[in-house]
This record gives sequence, C-alpha cells and structure tokens, in this order.
Amino acid sequence: MIKAPKRGNVLITSIEVVPNIADPRAEIRKRHIENLGLAQKISSLAISDIYTIEKSLDRKAIDQIVSLLVNPITQKATGKATLPQFDWIIEIGFLAGVTDNVAHTLKETIEDQLKIRFKDGEGTYSSQRTYLKGDLKRNDCESIAYSLGNPLIQSLHVYPYTDILNKSSFFLRIPKVLIRTVPSVSVVNLDVSDGELTNIGSLGIAEKDEVRRGPLALDLSSMRKIKKYFKKLGRNPTDIEIESLAQTWSEHCKHIIFSSEIDEVKEGLYKTYIKHATELVRKKKGKKDFCVSVFSDNSGAIRFDKNHLLTHKVETHNSPSALDPFGGAITGIVGVNRDAIGFGLGAKPVANTYGFCFAPPTVKRQIYRDKGKKHPMLPPQRILEGVVSGVNGGGNTSGIPTPSGFLYFDEDFQGKPLVFVGTVGFLPFKSGKKKLYEKRARSGDYIVMIGGRVGIDGIHGATFSSVPIDSNSPVSAVQIGDPITQKKFSDAIVKEARDLNLYNSITDNGAGGLSCSVAEMAKESGGCLVELEKVPLKYPNLSPWQIWISESQERMTLAVPPGKWRKFSQLCKSRGVEATIIGKFTRFRKCHVSYKGKTVMDIDLQFLHDGFPRKHLVTKKFNRVSLQSSVPKITDYTSAFVDMVGRWNTSSFEFISSQFDHEVQSTSVLKPLQGVGRVNSEATVFRPDLTSFRGVTLSYGLYPSYSELDSYRMAACCLDSAIRNVIAVGADPETIALLDNFCWCSSNERERLYQLKEAARACFDYAVSFQTPFISGKDSMFNDFVGFDTNGNKIKISIPPTLLISSVGIVSDISKTVSLDAKFPGDLIYILGSTNDELGGSEYFTYLKENHHNAIFHSSVPQVRAKEFRRLYKAYFHAIENNLIASAVSVTRGGLGVSLSKLSMAGKHGADISLEKLPGKWSRDDFGLFSESQGRILVAIDPNKRKQFEKQFKGFEIGFLGKVTSDDIVRIRNRQGKDLVVTSLSQLLNSYRKKFANY
Amino acid sequence: MNKPRVIVLSGYGLNCEEEARFGFELAGAVSEIVHINDIISKQKKLSSYQILVVPGGFSFGDDLGSGLAFASRMRNHLWEEILSFVRRDKLVLGICNGFQILANLGLLPALDGRFGKREIALLLNKNARYTVRWVDLKVTNDSLWLRGITTLSLPIAHGEGKFFASREVLKKLEKKKRIALRYFRGTICTAIDLSDNPNGSVENIAAVTDPTGKIFGLMPHPDRALYSFQHPLWHRQKEELLRRKVKLPKFGDGYFIFQNAVKYFSS
Repeated sequence: MIKAPKRGNVLITSIEVVPNIADPRAEIRKRHIENLGLAQKISSLAISDIYTIEKSLDRKAIDQIVSLLVNPITQKATGKATLPQFDWIIEIGFLAGVTDNVAHTLKETIEDQLKIRFKDGEGTYSSQRTYLKGDLKRNDCESIAYSLGNPLIQSLHVYPYTDILNKSSFFLRIPKVLIRTVPSVSVVNLDVSDGELTNIGSLGIAEKDEVRRGPLALDLSSMRKIKKYFKKLGRNPTDIEIESLAQTWSEHCKHIIFSSEIDEVKEGLYKTYIKHATELVRKKKGKKDFCVSVFSDNSGAIRFDKNHLLTHKVETHNSPSALDPFGGAITGIVGVNRDAIGFGLGAKPVANTYGFCFAPPTVKRQIYRDKGKKHPMLPPQRILEGVVSGVNGGGNTSGIPTPSGFLYFDEDFQGKPLVFVGTVGFLPFKSGKKKLYEKRARSGDYIVMIGGRVGIDGIHGATFSSVPIDSNSPVSAVQIGDPITQKKFSDAIVKEARDLNLYNSITDNGAGGLSCSVAEMAKESGGCLVELEKVPLKYPNLSPWQIWISESQERMTLAVPPGKWRKFSQLCKSRGVEATIIGKFTRFRKCHVSYKGKTVMDIDLQFLHDGFPRKHLVTKKFNRVSLQSSVPKITDYTSAFVDMVGRWNTSSFEFISSQFDHEVQSTSVLKPLQGVGRVNSEATVFRPDLTSFRGVTLSYGLYPSYSELDSYRMAACCLDSAIRNVIAVGADPETIALLDNFCWCSSNERERLYQLKEAARACFDYAVSFQTPFISGKDSMFNDFVGFDTNGNKIKISIPPTLLISSVGIVSDISKTVSLDAKFPGDLIYILGSTNDELGGSEYFTYLKENHHNAIFHSSVPQVRAKEFRRLYKAYFHAIENNLIASAVSVTRGGLGVSLSKLSMAGKHGADISLEKLPGKWSRDDFGLFSESQGRILVAIDPNKRKQFEKQFKGFEIGFLGKVTSDDIVRIRNRQGKDLVVTSLSQLLNSYRKKFANY
Repeated sequence: MNKPRVIVLSGYGLNCEEEARFGFELAGAVSEIVHINDIISKQKKLSSYQILVVPGGFSFGDDLGSGLAFASRMRNHLWEEILSFVRRDKLVLGICNGFQILANLGLLPALDGRFGKREIALLLNKNARYTVRWVDLKVTNDSLWLRGITTLSLPIAHGEGKFFASREVLKKLEKKKRIALRYFRGTICTAIDLSDNPNGSVENIAAVTDPTGKIFGLMPHPDRALYSFQHPLWHRQKEELLRRKVKLPKFGDGYFIFQNAVKYFSS
C-alpha cells in the first residue's frame, strides 16, 4: 500500500510489505500471544513491515523502491483490501531519536540505487504491524502490545482494523526528533547553600523551567570541591563544565570506592589487592612474565606467542539492561568490542564472553519504579529473553564468535539483573617497527571522531549507572545498538588503517561520550582544544553540554597527525565510515572546549582528572546471627540426583549456545556444547590465528550464594573455579590471566564495604598463590533497586554481592585439549582432589531449603588451599600433555553429582561408581555427592593407561570411583556398597533440558 | 602447478572473508580480500581473478532482508562486470550470506541460463531464530565444486536460511539437477540427535548451482570445517584413534570443496 499525503512541503510515502506465503514470525507470535492466556480469543494473525520515506519522490522512484523491498517470490506490497478482514492492529515503531537500523539501511540503499541524497529534514522510518482477528477487547490488545514492545524506546499503538479503512494516513506518524529550543550554554550559580549544592549534585542542573536535567551523582564534598575551584578562577562554571566533571568523576569512570583509602588500607582496594597482586606475580615470574599491558588501556593484554598478543576485557551493562534488556545488552556487547578495538592501536575482536544473572523466570512478583505504579519493571522472563536476543544481535551481526558464557539465577536479581559481556582481542606486537600495543596522542594531532553521529540518546549513562535504579532513572540513558556501523569502522581500523600507521592513538567513546574519551587522550598529549559545532549530529539544535556528554553508540576517538589526515579520511570514506575532525590535541594542560567560536569550557586537565575529593571509607565487621536447624535428611537419593541437574543454575542453556554464533571466524576448537549429549561446558577453546595450532581457553568463576556467609572464601572459590576450569580442558597453569568484575550493592553501607574488602583481600591472596595475574577489571557498586510493590509499599532489592572472575589461558597445542563427555564404555572414572563437608551456600542446600519450608541451616563455604591445588593442577597438566586424560569435568556448582551427570549425559554412556574411595572428610552420602569443595576435577581415562595415570598422581588425593558403562544406567553405591542412586540417561537428560525447553 | 587467483569480497558487514580466503590458500590458491568499494572505484578488477567468492556475514545487518542491500549495491555498480565474469570459464562461490546475495542478484539458479531474475528465496528459519549447529549433507548434483564428495558434514549459522521456491521452480531445479546439496540424517544428526533439516528448507535444499555448475551457493559453511578438529565430535574421534595409535586426519569435510575449485584450474 502506497500513500503520499503531504506533510509540510515534503511528501511522505509508506510501503507496507506482507508475506504471501506462510510466515514463521506470525506463527511464533501467535504462540506467544496464546501463552499470555489469550489462546481462546485469537483466531488469526498476520505481520507486516512498514517502510516510511519522508522525501518527495515521483511515481517511478517509488516503484523502484517497492521492487527493491519486495521479494516477488514471497512477498507483496499491500493495499487495504488485499489483507483479509482483521479486527485489530498493533503498530510498533520507534520513539523519536531511537536508533532505527532498518531505516538507516533503507536510506543508504535508496541513495545508492536512485542516486539521490536525503537532505536535512528528510528521512526514513520503519515500523511493524501485527494484525489480529478474534474475540479481543482493546485492553487485550494493549496487553499484547506491551508484551511485544517496550514503551521506553518504542511507540505502541492499538487501533481497530476499521480505522485503516477510514483514515488514510495512519502509519504516517513520523518519529522525528524536533528540538525547538536554541542551543545554549548556561552559567550555574554555585554560590548557594549546601542544600542546593546537594540538589544539583543528586538531581541535576535546573533548566529555566525548574525541571532538573537528571542525576550528576556528585555528592556534597565533590560539589564543594568544584565550587572552590571556580571561586579561585573568579567565576561560576558553565553547565557543560559541571556535566563534564560529573562524568569524569563518576563512580562508573573513576571507581572511587575501589580507589579510596579504606580502614587501614591506605592505597585503597584496587592498588593494594588487585594491582599489587599482579606486580608481585610478574616479578616472581621474571623472564616468564607473560603480561604485556595491564590496567592501563581499554583492555588488559598478555602474550599469545612470539608475534601476537591477546587482550581481554569484561564489562557490565546492568542498569540499561534492567530498563531495556535488548538495547542494554546489544549496546553492552558492541560497546565492549570497542575495548578490544580501542586497545593499543586496535586489536581485532576474536571472541565474546557473556554472563547473565537474573531472577528466575518463574518469579511473578510485580515491582514498580514509582509509587503511582505507572512504571512497572519488566518481568524476569522478558529481561532474560531481551538480554539474550540483544547479545545475539550484537555478537552475531558483528561476526565475532561468542562461545563462552553462563546463566545464574537468584530472586534478588529482580531489581537489577547483571549483564556481563567481554571481548577478547588479537593483535601483532608490531607492524614494521611500530609497537601496536602502545599509543600516544601528540600535541598538534587532530581529534577525529569516527562512526555514528551524536544525538540525545545515552545522556547520563555513566552517572545513571553509579546510583540505584529508581523513579528518577533517566530513560534517555537507554539505547539500541547499530553493529553494522561499528563493523564498518572496526574493519577499516584493525584491518587497514592500523597497519598503514595512520594515527597515533585511539580510544572508545563509551561512558561519558566525548567528554571522557577526549579528556582521557588529552592526558597523553597534555591538553585538548575541541570545537563542538564540528561534531556531526543526528538532528539539529543539541546544546553543547549534550553534544559533549552524549553516549550515542558506535563511535571512537582518534589522534590523527595532520600529515596523515588526507589518507585516513579517504580510507574512511571509501569504507562507508564517517570521520570528522572535531579539534586538536594540545600541550597546554587544559581541557578547552568551544562552541561556534565561544569558549564554553576551560578547565585544568589536572583538576578534571584528579580534583575529585578523596574519601576514607570505613567498614564494619558483622556476624550473621540466625537460628539454625539441623540439616534435614533425605531418603530418595535418586530423585535428588536427578533434580540437581535440572535446577536453574545447573540446567542446559543450549537455547543460548545454539543461537550465539561460536563458529564464525572458523576458530572453534572446543565448543560450548560438548559430546553427543550436547552438554554445556564451563570452558571453551578457540584458535585466534588460523595458521597456528595454539589455542586460547576462556572460563569463569562466580558464587554469589557464598557471599553472605563468607565473602573472602566466596572470592577464593571464584578464582579457583575460573583457573581450574581452563586447566581442566588443557591450559598451562603458568599462562593463565584473570579479570575481576565486582558487582556490589549498597556500597555506602559499612557492612557491604566489609564484605567487599574481604573479597578483594582474597583476590590478592589467591592471585599471588596461584601465580595468576589480574590484567583488567571493572566494578559496579550500586546494584540496588529502590521502588514499590503492588501495594505501593516502598521496597529495596539488592543483588547478592557478586564477583565474576574471568579466566583466559593459553593452550600450546590444541590437539591435547580434552572435552567433558565420557568417551567409551570401560573407561575408568577418577576424582582428583578431596571432598569435604563444605555445603554452605551450595546449590544442594538451596534445593533442600526449598523442599523444607525454607529452613535455615549452614555449613562452611568451601576452602581453597592454593598451594595444594596448584601442585595438583601442575601434575594434571603433565597428564594432559601425555594424553592420559580422555574426559574431564571441572567440579563446580552442584558438586560431584552434577559433574558425574554431565560426564554421562554428554557421552551418552552409563556409569557405575561407588563413594567408597571418595577422598576427603564427608559425613553423609548426600554431602559427598553434592559438596562444592573446590580443587576437584572428575576425569575418565583409557583403562590401558591406568598404571601411567596412577603414577602421575602418586602422592595426591585422588580416588578411583568406577567405570563408564555400555548401558544407559547411572548407578552410585554408598560406602557399604548399597545402591544410592539408580537412574537412566534419559531421566537425567529430561531433567537437564526441562527448564528451558520452551525457549 | 597453476595457482588460480581468488577474490574474496568484503565490506558493509560481510564477515567471513578471512576464513574463506584462508580456505583457498590452504587448498593452494592465491587469494585476496577486496572491499567491494575498491572494485566500484575501479582500483581492482574482477577480470583479474578466476574465482569470485561472496563470503558469509551480515551485510547491512540483514536489515531489509538478508543479502538484499548488498546485492542491490553489486547490481547498481558492478552488473556488467559480473556478467562478463560469469560468462567466461570462471567460478563463483556464495557461502551463507553470500548465497543469499547471489540469490537476490539472480545469479542463482539462473534456470534458463539467464542471469538477473530472482527465482529462489532464503527466508527466516522455521524456528524464527538465528541457529548455529552442524548438519549432514548429501551431494545431489555433479557440480565441479563437489567432485568426489558424496556426503559431508558442515556447520550452519544463519537466521534466514530456509530455502524457498515456487512449485514450478522446484520442479525445474529438480529436473535440471541444480540442487547441489540436501540436508539429511547422517552421522552427526544421528549421533547428537538433531533433526536433519535445520531451518525448514523446502525439499531439504541447502545449496544450488547454475546450469554450468560453476556458480555454487550454499547455506552451510565449508570455510568453518577446514580441519578435522573443527568437527563437534572430534575429541571422541581423537581418543578412539589414539587408542588405535592412528593419527587424526588433517582436513575437515569443507576443505575438499576449496580443493575442488583449485584443482579445476590447476589440472
């Protein structure tokens, strides 16, 4: 259907495309609606895509566009009479200013095909209609619309089908950003009371109409510092100066809690416990030190081989994902890709990692951001689905494999989910004589912005993520990613410009936008001079402060020497990449910003970066006082054994592994799903260099359920599991590096800070003992939700303190790697390491509590004995090198029981084992089976290698448990030889795959 | 030996150019990645090469339908050059997104030998989701690309890979033996218990060729199965061979497709 009414002087054309064959999208949407409880009410459904073009076009041009868009084999452009009579239409488009990738490609293609240009004020837009037939009321359709779209980023319209017949211009509601105010710079009077200073810091600068601009997350002491600085200068600051300081000083950017003095720890947690651990490890390793760049760049880097290095960085994107899961996750993954591209002079992204902590999808409690209940939080299932498709969209579209990841569930993630995303990069040490892992902007270099344009999207992202989510959370912080714009410049940089030596420095435009990236690079040269009117905008009339701090995605900043600009700009142009000079780097120690010739910001670089007030944090030790009952006994071990492999935290998440491309780049060696039974593994292996047989293995450790009991041991377990997981598949224990991501809650409370300090202390102790340096880290300190329940009562939901330790290890010969599936009947099953009564915070205790009216009982959190474990891991590595291990499962959540299930299910072979020789001090059979004692690997070996194997592990605590069998029965006997567990592979697999069967 | 020259396209979100280039190098060709805009600007000429590869990827983000915008760009700027290329004794390979592009360009299947008409479509998968897994394929025509191969296993990774054509076109494809590969339940599907047809393709079609068999488009990725250790069950195979003291074979199934193309020019 084509319509062309006038809007002003510009003609608007909409083209509606419908499939003329069976449409799987429609079938799946129908099923989705039936699942909302409307199965009886809906009889048929169709979906159409609408492309709207705001440009005067003649008939011929429109016909050309139609024939471009419509695939004659499967689609048609409709007129109103051609679709069968429906009752309702739901139309979903984007809100003004939200990234619309389809529209963007449409515009580019029309320009190329018709050889025309879109001028300012002209544009393209996409939307989608769902046609519904059935016994539906308007409110049914509205709840369907709400389940399909997100009102924070999309426009949701419901109207009766008859409207389409009556009104000719229905879908011509164009989401165009029109900023009517004139760009301006205001002066902020800081000669005010402390009360008003506090207001400015927490609610933002007041506009003329008294409306506040949104959180600056500056506390009173910071505001006073700013006041004092400008008093000395003899003037008040401009709005852009305050906004800029707020970005640079934000918890998100400066990590104040991690860098401040805390109790007796003068240098703060980061320097004392994280950075210092790395320094000690590097010193001890001496010539074998494999770190190349740690904590100083966008990612950390280690040596891969003689000629290449490997970078890794893990980020969180929690707050945006809570409000718009798809947008939050896609911008998260595409954003962390820029931490690879922005490392040194540009590393090529070669692998993504992910980790999601959610409330279980079964949680139905509704929570709201506001007392009036106008702003409900999305249900956990929506958040899960949105985040998964966001990472799918970002990773797959960018052509970067996403092999390694995990899911973790706890009700307390309902207010703020955790979305971890990481990227591994690969780059040569040198190109010619130039070191590619170092960079320095020089005075006189052009400041060049490449990639997307700047809009009002993503304003206050950095400050927003430094405070809890509540009704003041700025929805403008939510964005959608555009992976193709980034892919184009990523290729231009890491595959061409880098090796042509066309720039001196590069960094990501992430949190804080230009204000952070330019000011950060200005440190390298000694200053900067920015002309904001040169920054390309998505639409006119942005004010200077908005241009400066906007976090519009897919942009990077480079330092290009004037003599190389022509070549650089030509290259970008020929690759479809927009590159613009927006200023110059200087050496005048100033961050100087002008707009149309007028200075709008002039701050000493030193003050901008180091002027923030230092804090002295104080912690308070606390003991959890609770009445404890004794641990209930179980009689049906088989049921427990089967249930334990089908918990939210142990289930298969094949639905994710099979939609995140892990084969692209042709580098996969050990995949996320292993064995004929397709079991999710903790570690994966890939080969970043197609010409080499050296590999990289990635894994993680995460135990939020241990935190409240003992955060020191919690952190120790995270390190041990992360390290052991990669060793189990074949990493050399001497070449493993770690990354830390602390996601804490209520970090203004002393008890929480105590837990944090304890966890950080463990990071130091174990990184040093295991000789595994930290190379990069990130923290997020306020993962709290402050809102209301359905009765309007105020509630606070804090996440359990969560530490993610990510590990990256080098595998010198990929042919030695080991998968987790049992290989052949007759193989011998051993456990390496000892099993003790360590079930505090374990998955099994959570399971028992759920089945015993949430009774409270504790046990100790597993202890990590680093010296002993490290000795075992070294022996294990020798066994791997000598091909002694046929199958290996690193024992983590769910203990031996879950590991044995995984071994058997993956190989689709039965097992017959006995607990008789299970080493360690365990008091009950169920404790032996489900204890989460660390330092253990379950292995199966070729029976012909028994002697050699036992010799290799002589003097270690290992136990022969039994054999892989040729039937499909998993049988476990207790110490007396009696059957504890007798179950079948199909029962186990059913349990393992049940939780996400409908995803 | 005469080494054929291969051009692998890149740009606008294509992303498998490096592994496609590597596959040809491994098989003995001289292979070069060229950005499409460098051909449009005449810095490079298609005619200098013997094999044209449109690799996999996400050109233009699949935004208007997979392969559509990239095909439109090729048609607008390079159509004459492409036609003169395919009319000579040269080869064209489209993998995944590349296949979608060749289908949109009407280079495949070119039923009546005329290029430029869209006759087939690759639609949203039956499960409406991007799907990554391995499949088994049966060779069903005698294209030079598949010489000596009867069955093979390769990975797929796509959101829009469901092969579709009208009944009439299907009949002709069948009759003229243009269907090159069909999904079937072979070793991998049987072992890991997955359905044979991963995306709902009609008549299990995974690949087609033009009348000469020289233009070959397929949804699965031979470029991701160059070595035996890329197979999802290679650890089991390795362990079995280790016990028999036999070495793991070097190449994976996908390699032989590249080798066939190289052999075509060198023998």
